[in-house]
Amino acid sequence: MKELLEILEELHPEVAFEEETALVDDGILDSLDIVSLIGEIKRVFDVTVTAGDIIPENFNTVQAMMDLITRLEDED
Amino acid sequence: MNYNKIIKYGLTAVISLAILFFLQRLLVPKYVDDIVEGAFVAEYYEEVKDHDVIFVGDCEVYETYSPLVLWEEYGINSYIRGSAQQYIFQSYYLVEDTLRYETPDVVVFNIQSLQYDEAQSEAYNRMTLEGMKWSKTKVDAINASMKEGEQFLDYVFPILRYHTRWSALTDADFQYLFDKKKVSHNGYYMRVDVKPAENVPEGRPLGNYAFGENAWKYLDMMRELCEEKGVTLLLVKAPSLYPYWYPEYEEQVEAYAKEHGLRYINLLEDADAIGLDYSVDTYDAGLHMNLSGAEKCARFLGHVLSVEYGLEDRRGESALDASWQMKKEAYEAEIAAQKIKYGIEE
Amino acid sequence: MLFTSYLFLGFLALVLILYYVLPKRAQWPLLLIASYVFYFAAGAHFLLYMFSTTVTIWGAAVLIDKNHAAQKAYLKEHKEGMDREALKAYRSSQKKIRFRYFLAALLVNLLVLAVVKYANFFIDNVNGVLKAFGSGEGLSFVNIALPMGISFYTFQAIGYLVDVYRGNTPAEKSLPRFALFVSFFPQVVQGPINRFGEMAPTLYAPHGFDGRQVSFGLQRVLWGYFKKMVIADRILVAVTAIFGDPSHQGAYVFVGMIFYRLQLYADFSGGIDITIGIAEALGISLRENFNRPYFSKSLPEYWRRWHMSMNAWFRDYIFYPLSTSPALVALTKAVRKRFGAGAGKRVPLYISSFAAWAATGIWHGASWNFVVWGLTNWFILMLSEELTPLYARFRKMTHTEHKRSYDVFQIGRTFLLIGCVNLFDCHATLGSTFRSFASMFTMNNYHIIGDGSLLQLGLSGLDYVILAGAWLLVLAVSLVQRKGSVRAQIEPLPYAVKYVMFFGLFLIVLLMGAYGVGYDQSQFIYNRF
Repeated sequence: MKELLEILEELHPEVAFEEETALVDDGILDSLDIVSLIGEIKRVFDVTVTAGDIIPENFNTVQAMMDLITRLEDED
Repeated sequence: MNYNKIIKYGLTAVISLAILFFLQRLLVPKYVDDIVEGAFVAEYYEEVKDHDVIFVGDCEVYETYSPLVLWEEYGINSYIRGSAQQYIFQSYYLVEDTLRYETPDVVVFNIQSLQYDEAQSEAYNRMTLEGMKWSKTKVDAINASMKEGEQFLDYVFPILRYHTRWSALTDADFQYLFDKKKVSHNGYYMRVDVKPAENVPEGRPLGNYAFGENAWKYLDMMRELCEEKGVTLLLVKAPSLYPYWYPEYEEQVEAYAKEHGLRYINLLEDADAIGLDYSVDTYDAGLHMNLSGAEKCARFLGHVLSVEYGLEDRRGESALDASWQMKKEAYEAEIAAQKIKYGIEE
Repeated sequence: MLFTSYLFLGFLALVLILYYVLPKRAQWPLLLIASYVFYFAAGAHFLLYMFSTTVTIWGAAVLIDKNHAAQKAYLKEHKEGMDREALKAYRSSQKKIRFRYFLAALLVNLLVLAVVKYANFFIDNVNGVLKAFGSGEGLSFVNIALPMGISFYTFQAIGYLVDVYRGNTPAEKSLPRFALFVSFFPQVVQGPINRFGEMAPTLYAPHGFDGRQVSFGLQRVLWGYFKKMVIADRILVAVTAIFGDPSHQGAYVFVGMIFYRLQLYADFSGGIDITIGIAEALGISLRENFNRPYFSKSLPEYWRRWHMSMNAWFRDYIFYPLSTSPALVALTKAVRKRFGAGAGKRVPLYISSFAAWAATGIWHGASWNFVVWGLTNWFILMLSEELTPLYARFRKMTHTEHKRSYDVFQIGRTFLLIGCVNLFDCHATLGSTFRSFASMFTMNNYHIIGDGSLLQLGLSGLDYVILAGAWLLVLAVSLVQRKGSVRAQIEPLPYAVKYVMFFGLFLIVLLMGAYGVGYDQSQFIYNRF
């Protein structure tokens, strides 16, 4: 969780990520941010987010992102 | 599948096929009012097949001999299976086709087409082949004739070939949808008008005068087929001044005839004996004979056939007399009609 | 065997009949045999290329899958006793093994593609460089015939390899089954580029005869022939006349540009209709490749609706992995630090899409014209991305947000824009492309549109009438399609009405199709790629 928050804060220092519930739907994270984010997640967690996983529900909250990462880690 | 469905789909198929059949009849060229040469090959099948002499070849047969003269003066019952620019392989298959129905005494082949080793034009292919009745012979003829890009299926379903003709339909296409009228006189294409031959150009020198392998092959086949069936093959060259008949061509034909013991008559050389006058006997300045020229040539050739080949005089056979009487009426009616058309006084 | 040849129609009829007459377990093997016969007819030695692609990719995928399975089994047993670092190390060691298989198969296939398709392009450029340095002698060109559909089936196979490598799809264990996926005859010539995961369920499944499905499939096939033979092959004559003669400039370029758009759409989408229709008649569902692209209001939208399967391929297998690659992530970070967040987040987009479009360009053809074509698309796409907020403000200001007229304006603008971009496709060299593009604005000969000059391009007045009528029909069908499947909307109509519609369409193709003697049987345009 800590690593993920670090990544997010680097993208948008001004946002209090843990309080947001609709990061994508509210337009805080745009498509370009998601692309950067996925790259970082890949680097840090060694998991690949595939195109099918790029849906707003997976990125609206920090918890959702964390769930996604955990799921991907367990997949192998 | 229940009964209703069978009726439904059966009816659909019948209606669709009927429409396609009708469209095909409509779109196929009728060759009645113009380019009548396309209708010749088919007309043969309506005849009583009891001929003494069959001609095969291109325009140099169907415009050079009048079968009526052969009948009236020698009692020879003849038919011309000629068509526009008929290639030698097509002539061969027309002989083969004829032999399916009858065995004449003599087959006369005009050797001008020896110069073409393969088909030159798709349009001429169609005019010769379309009229043939379906048989293995026709299939072979088509396969021997098709140029690059032609498709066999286009001969089976001519609508595929003529599908664009809907924009060029004429009254004739509707008038002759199912019934055609006769356009030839035993395969003879009549013209009564006159255009004298003047200044006939000499032939341009050619790079190569030798006839092609394929052409020779079919001449051999024709000769062998005739031998096998006991038919005498007579080679002729019509007295057309043009296209130019090169001496080199002549030598090859003469050599071939000599080698195989065939009779070869070059009517060009016999023009005086025939009594040809190129100022009155041709309708297009020397390419083709008109009625007067064709009757003279028929008279000349009839003499050869009857005297030298001893063909029987069949005048007096009642069926033939009757049929030729009708043909004569049609012949004379057309002479009269053409005289009016071309404004010729008696 | 072109789709528009009698031979193909006979072949198709035979395959369809056998497919539903033979026992169901023989269905997919029949398709495999049919596909290899179809491919064999294009050239026996071409089979060698296709077969090598099939075997290498199939083999690598099976190995990757085996390793994956072994890893899973190992982790199931030992995961409890491993800490996170050990887990990570183990995974990465296994991944490296899989990556080697993946890379080997990928390189072999790219190499084959590169040699047959791009060797001469490469030699040509090397010669250009040599000449620039004053060397008189250049390398000689190699003489390799391009195997039919190689760009399509290679990409489809590579896509599968990536999917297996990523663990998105299980590997196909059976070589013959995989061979069918690569060679499936309706799509091998011009796509669509399918995904194994989507296609496999219907490709290998047994199919009972479903009259409705077969009839729907054949209806679509007929519609494809209509577009291809009545429109595309007819207008082709004028397009060739215009772009084949360099003296046709100015208004001719404008007219040719529009004709080419119509031709390309009718040709390509017609071919795809035939492909998908045949597959549908066989009970197999393929990807759609077009979604009424000429109604697009912007270039990005157009590229989501035109040649969709290719575009998705480049997005999923080049753009996407590249934009999340470690190198780009690092670069993004660096740029963000120096130039701020706005610049930083554009880095992955700009660079990855640049690469994807350069690849798309070179995929279309081995020439600089296609490379520039791809990059022009890229440039306009990026421009469009940057200008989107500006347009939104403009529309708000002018209150045209919900006006249909503005939609129509956008559709027209996009159509012309794509037309201009596609001029690269109509010309062989960059110079002639730019020259003719400029002449549209500098040369005032637009009177040719009304003075009969267009009748000198090999099309008669009647041809133009047929084209206009046929195009109206396509337009009408497209409008109906907005409410869903056209065939499903026709279905409830009385039988007699449907009969008149479809038999009428058949007669139109039969009588107005540009085929047979007098028309050159033209290859589908996308065969070239």
